[in-house]
Amino acid sequence: MLTRVNGPVDDTGAAVAIKDASFPAPFASGLEYAAPARGTWNIVHVGMLIPQAHQIFVCAQGCLRGVVLTAAEMGAQERFSTVAIEEHNVLEGDLEELLVDGVTDILRRLPKRPPAVLIYTSCIHHFLACDLPLVYQRLGERFPEVDFVDCYMNPIMRKSGLTPDQLMRRQLYAALKPRPREERTVGILGNCFPLEESSELMRMLRGGGWTVRDIHYCRSYAEYQRLAGCETFLTTFPAARAGGEALAQRLGREHLYLPGCWGYDEIGRNLDTLAEALELPREEDGEAVERAEEALAAAHRIIGQCPVVIDYTATARPLGLARLLLAHGFQVRTVYADSFSGEEKEDFLWLQAHAPELTLRPTVQVKMRLLPRQRPEKTLAIGQKAAYFTASRFFVNLVEGGGLYGYDGVRRMAQLMLDAYLHERDTRTLIQVKGLGCGCCV
Amino acid sequence: MRQTASIISTYTADVSGVCSALFELGGMTVMHDASGCNSTYNTHDEPRWYDTDSLVFLSGLSELEAVMGDDEKFIGDVAEAARELHPAFIALAGTPIPMVIGTDFAALAALIQQRTGIPTFGFATNGMHSYLSGASQAFATLAERLVQEPRERRKELSVNLLGVTPLDFSVGPMVGSLRRRLEAEGIAVASCWAMGDSLENICRAGEATVNLVVSWCGLAAARVLRRRFGTPYVVGAPVGEAFTHVLAEEIRAAARDGQDRLPLTKRPPAGPGDLTLIAESVTGGSLAAAMALEQGKRVRLVCPLETEDGFLLPGDVRARDEVELEPLFKEAGGIIADPLYRPLCPPEVPFYELPHEAFSGRIYRRDIQDFIDHIPFFEEKRKRS
Repeated sequence: MLTRVNGPVDDTGAAVAIKDASFPAPFASGLEYAAPARGTWNIVHVGMLIPQAHQIFVCAQGCLRGVVLTAAEMGAQERFSTVAIEEHNVLEGDLEELLVDGVTDILRRLPKRPPAVLIYTSCIHHFLACDLPLVYQRLGERFPEVDFVDCYMNPIMRKSGLTPDQLMRRQLYAALKPRPREERTVGILGNCFPLEESSELMRMLRGGGWTVRDIHYCRSYAEYQRLAGCETFLTTFPAARAGGEALAQRLGREHLYLPGCWGYDEIGRNLDTLAEALELPREEDGEAVERAEEALAAAHRIIGQCPVVIDYTATARPLGLARLLLAHGFQVRTVYADSFSGEEKEDFLWLQAHAPELTLRPTVQVKMRLLPRQRPEKTLAIGQKAAYFTASRFFVNLVEGGGLYGYDGVRRMAQLMLDAYLHERDTRTLIQVKGLGCGCCV
Repeated sequence: MRQTASIISTYTADVSGVCSALFELGGMTVMHDASGCNSTYNTHDEPRWYDTDSLVFLSGLSELEAVMGDDEKFIGDVAEAARELHPAFIALAGTPIPMVIGTDFAALAALIQQRTGIPTFGFATNGMHSYLSGASQAFATLAERLVQEPRERRKELSVNLLGVTPLDFSVGPMVGSLRRRLEAEGIAVASCWAMGDSLENICRAGEATVNLVVSWCGLAAARVLRRRFGTPYVVGAPVGEAFTHVLAEEIRAAARDGQDRLPLTKRPPAGPGDLTLIAESVTGGSLAAAMALEQGKRVRLVCPLETEDGFLLPGDVRARDEVELEPLFKEAGGIIADPLYRPLCPPEVPFYELPHEAFSGRIYRRDIQDFIDHIPFFEEKRKRS
């Protein structure tokens, strides 16, 4: 039961009908609240995807706390170390020395020398103009057998160029060394979950005789290095796109950005692009669309008029998903998102025209801390934050699309919705697990 | 000190300590940070987050605001949120970048108070000290700014419990046990800083006879209350029946003569070969004293956090990082510590788990023992010669 220590508030400024909303930022910026939904991955989870690599975070105690416990909750403490920056380092300006000596100390004390070390520097290094090239040069001289990767935990830069999330997905592949091109191999980059084998994209690649490489399939650092041999790289998640482009440019390869989406036209265009670029046979979409339609209809027959709410952590295209579901008769009432990517503009305009009363709500606006969460009726939530804000025990526990893709992704989403509608879940426990799918001892 | 940890965890930082101390009092605490401090706090440092709607927010500081020294965005956002949410007070807590750019939190607090009419406190935390430092500043400020001049002292022997946060006492039965042990000795609890109590009650803390400092973060507030109202303080947590009795006698004596007292040091000194307890100094020292009284144990206290020299005995050690801790582990007759210290423990030295929320967060919360109520029994491997 919620303990109230403050009075009630109204939802002015924390809700807007889409017909009245501005794009891409419907809400005023201000102080920020953080809902207790933890399923999205952070930079520790993403970095752990490199097999056998070791992570060293170099920052203030307050910044270390969250990441060290992320690693501990994953049961990955042996792959994680820290160097604490203290006041005297800031005053004396010896960040370079601290970094080199601290990393050296850790590497000499580890029972086994890792093949790669991800060093995460922080906002302080940026503001005090720490000479990172010098640091990496020194470390390279001391440990020539180790691949050092510069990683960043500098959230203060989140509005200046690439966000920390984009940077992490780029640096995830920074240790790849150039190697000869392997014919008919494709590397899928930057996803927290491998794409479902049943998706049209994967079936086209496999059916066309292409070998698919993905960091999720790598069991050793040597296997990870084979990613560099891929002829072509694919990204499907918006935050991975910049990393895919950078890697392709560095290695002289092709990059295709085929974003996960919910609209049949765009899905078809993505598959056309893939077929053309890789000279793959292009199947007719009819059957796949039919299967998706059948699944949606089957779900709708059961879910009926139950209110549906969606949040941005479940999919990078929450408006696209709302559009798909509304077009198939579902009662989508609310989309929880603080802003939208430019890729959502077309869906935003469609919803303004066809579902003008659809409510948009923020997730970080301060009133979200106090607004009532209990709903008088059963609510189907898609995403952890949507489940939290509606106190729903009927929810699709999914982050970042969960590997769903294409028409098959639509079909599977319909099945997940039906399953969520029929089976009550322990929302409180499930959504507090950090990094969905990473393993968590809590 | 090398400032490195190849495998162990790190303690909750000062900014979270401020938030934790003030969490239940109806105020609004704002961490002046880009991002990260809030999720760290409410995931790992704040077990009450899911069920209590306390107003703890983040400013979302950006590079541009920091470079341009644009405090107006921060001031305006805090004032706007306060206008909407009507907190009883406002607390501002700093993080590393505000420290680097020299943010003047006292000035920001004064401006916000002027604009909102709400009591506002600025804490120059920087994420480089432990939770004890932040909570200490928060409690001391409550004592200085919000506790009212008492019209009269309470008639019965009563104490304020100073330094109670879930980071040291978790959210299980321990806080209730603190109260129960004292009440069993005939000592009333006037207020509890700050779990399970109201701001209104805490504002009346000047009426209590004695202040009881149950963790280091309550000490600064005790000193403020002594200066303002002449209230003596006693340092120690009521761990177990025998030590609580000692503590109660000291409280009675302090009430009589107005002198401060330090009963947590009433235990035999210990050293290499003895059981070694890694802990916050007041709770740890009290547990060590209780183990000496009830089990005849000599316990060496290793304190990895802020403390006072007078809280430790000869043989006790301050040690913070792995390089300093490793030799102490090797020479111990047994280690009592949070489970995340286990990787430092040699296989031949017994390791006894005593989970501490401020170190391992929520990971071992369900295993946290109410050592206030029941003193666990730990057997050392080697006896002192």
